[in-house]
Amino acid sequence: MEEKLTTRRKVLIGMTATVGAAGIPFAATPFISSWNPSAKAKAVGAPVTVDISKIQIGQKIQVAWRKQPVFVIRHSKEALKNLSKVVSKLDDPNSEKIDEPYRSINPTRSTSDEYTVIAGVCTHLGCSPKYFPDIEPQPWDESWVGGFFCPCHGSMFDIVGRVFKGVPAPTNLKVPPHYFDGKILTIGEDKGTT
Amino acid sequence: MTEKSSGIFQWINKRLPIVNTYERHLSKHPVPKKVNFWYMFGALASVVLILQIVTGIWLMFGYENTEEGAFASIEYIMRDVDGGWIIRYMHTTGASMFFAVVYLHMFRGLLYGSYHQPRELVWIFGCTIFLAMMAEGFLGYVLPYGQMSYWGAQVIISLFGAIPYIGESLELWIRGDYYISGATISRFFALHVVALPLILIALVFMHLVALHEVGAGNPEGVDIEKYLDDDGVPLDSVPFFPYKVLNALVAIGIFGIVFSVIMFFFPEGGGYFLEYANFEEANPLSTPDHIAPVWYYSPFYAMLRAVPDKLGGFVVMASAVAILFVVPWLDRSKAASIRYKGPLSKIAMVLFVMSVFLLAWLGTVPVTELRKTLSVIGTIVYFAFFLLMPIYTSIEKSKPVPDRL
Repeated sequence: MEEKLTTRRKVLIGMTATVGAAGIPFAATPFISSWNPSAKAKAVGAPVTVDISKIQIGQKIQVAWRKQPVFVIRHSKEALKNLSKVVSKLDDPNSEKIDEPYRSINPTRSTSDEYTVIAGVCTHLGCSPKYFPDIEPQPWDESWVGGFFCPCHGSMFDIVGRVFKGVPAPTNLKVPPHYFDGKILTIGEDKGTT
Repeated sequence: MTEKSSGIFQWINKRLPIVNTYERHLSKHPVPKKVNFWYMFGALASVVLILQIVTGIWLMFGYENTEEGAFASIEYIMRDVDGGWIIRYMHTTGASMFFAVVYLHMFRGLLYGSYHQPRELVWIFGCTIFLAMMAEGFLGYVLPYGQMSYWGAQVIISLFGAIPYIGESLELWIRGDYYISGATISRFFALHVVALPLILIALVFMHLVALHEVGAGNPEGVDIEKYLDDDGVPLDSVPFFPYKVLNALVAIGIFGIVFSVIMFFFPEGGGYFLEYANFEEANPLSTPDHIAPVWYYSPFYAMLRAVPDKLGGFVVMASAVAILFVVPWLDRSKAASIRYKGPLSKIAMVLFVMSVFLLAWLGTVPVTELRKTLSVIGTIVYFAFFLLMPIYTSIEKSKPVPDRL
């Protein structure tokens, strides 16, 4: 009788505890979801437009979208020709590892055949890579072919943001959604893609 | 005293065990009679903890936890609030000094085997305190919203992005925005001033309760519990008061001098305590040319950079802290103290210290090919010290540990 009572008590306690424990995820939900971006934060991420007519050949400009740097680079024909020469150095030359929005439309990775539009945020730990376009030896690479170098952890990318082999960054720099309307570039949405 | 004192004190003491607690944990608490300066850093750490809490409360009076106001409010504290500059420098110097004394305290543990049976839990609580301190220090560093706050936080939060599948959404969830914004600052502020201090204080309490249960160690690694007097007090012990209190006061005095010199003359510590880039407001569009952590994170940061893989780097860095927790089970030596351990342990200890200093330096300088190789070597030596410990501590012959202290 004694033993039976204890077993019965144990079962009841166990059941109550299980029901109680099942409530924990429900109770935790508002506390966890309160850390998500608020409606206000989401609303700020609207698209931005840039006039690209003043960008010189070989020049890089920086645009802020969602307060993050976006690089717009105007390439020379020669630089674009050289793109195929650096393939042996690249980890993922055709951007197969990431969700590339405009894959194999243009060698620039954008919807334009002259401009590259890439997020200026290193895919390693989020620093903003620096642009070193010239082909000349650099302290971090004797045979530098031009491109981006991240000062934080030494990741290297080519001039259209494709990642080199053997660096900490796992993937190519991301291409944000964008479209060109004449000399006006819109970053943040891609309707009007041809 | 308890019996004879009368009136109000007696009335309280019958309801709240003041005298008992005081005697058990302070005045009559037995401590080993022979210890050296290495045993002072625990006391110093508690002094700094109190200092950080007090100065932190005072900083909150002037600090504003918003994206627009954070940086300006720090300048306001520095320039416009009477005594504000000294309170802030006390807090920033305190942060560096907290890590300095805790690192020395931890090194003492490794040197004299303070984690040996039966002090495993004391060690584990200590490691957890260290982990909580690292989080606390990081959160605090983000609050001024300077350039280094911003980019340091960018790097640390991006570390979570290395976790497969959930990484990117986790990053967004931690920031609460698409960049490190006012939303991030205000949650970091709440964690820094309320949540983590509460956790830290609770952990320190557990660390001390566990320590007082098993008793403090000593540099000889002698078990003083073996020989007790008629009252059950170890023969090789002295009461905490006055013997240890007076020692600690001398240590606190010397520490106060060092602290004041830094606070008054070198509050930036040459860019290692407060980085120069952090005197510039956060700019989400431009990374400073050279990003380096403050000195107390730099060995771990160097390990992160040594691995040319995002997830791998994160795993190595996290393991470097995690491995500390299991040290009590890695050390198979019969002797606790390095004094009675064999030559292999001594060599390993020297190499370990060298690797930590090497990594600490590498973490603060820009990457080059040579330095990258060096940080790989440093990382390997650091882990070898721990991972090979079960081997070298069991094959070497330790000297017999004396019976008495």
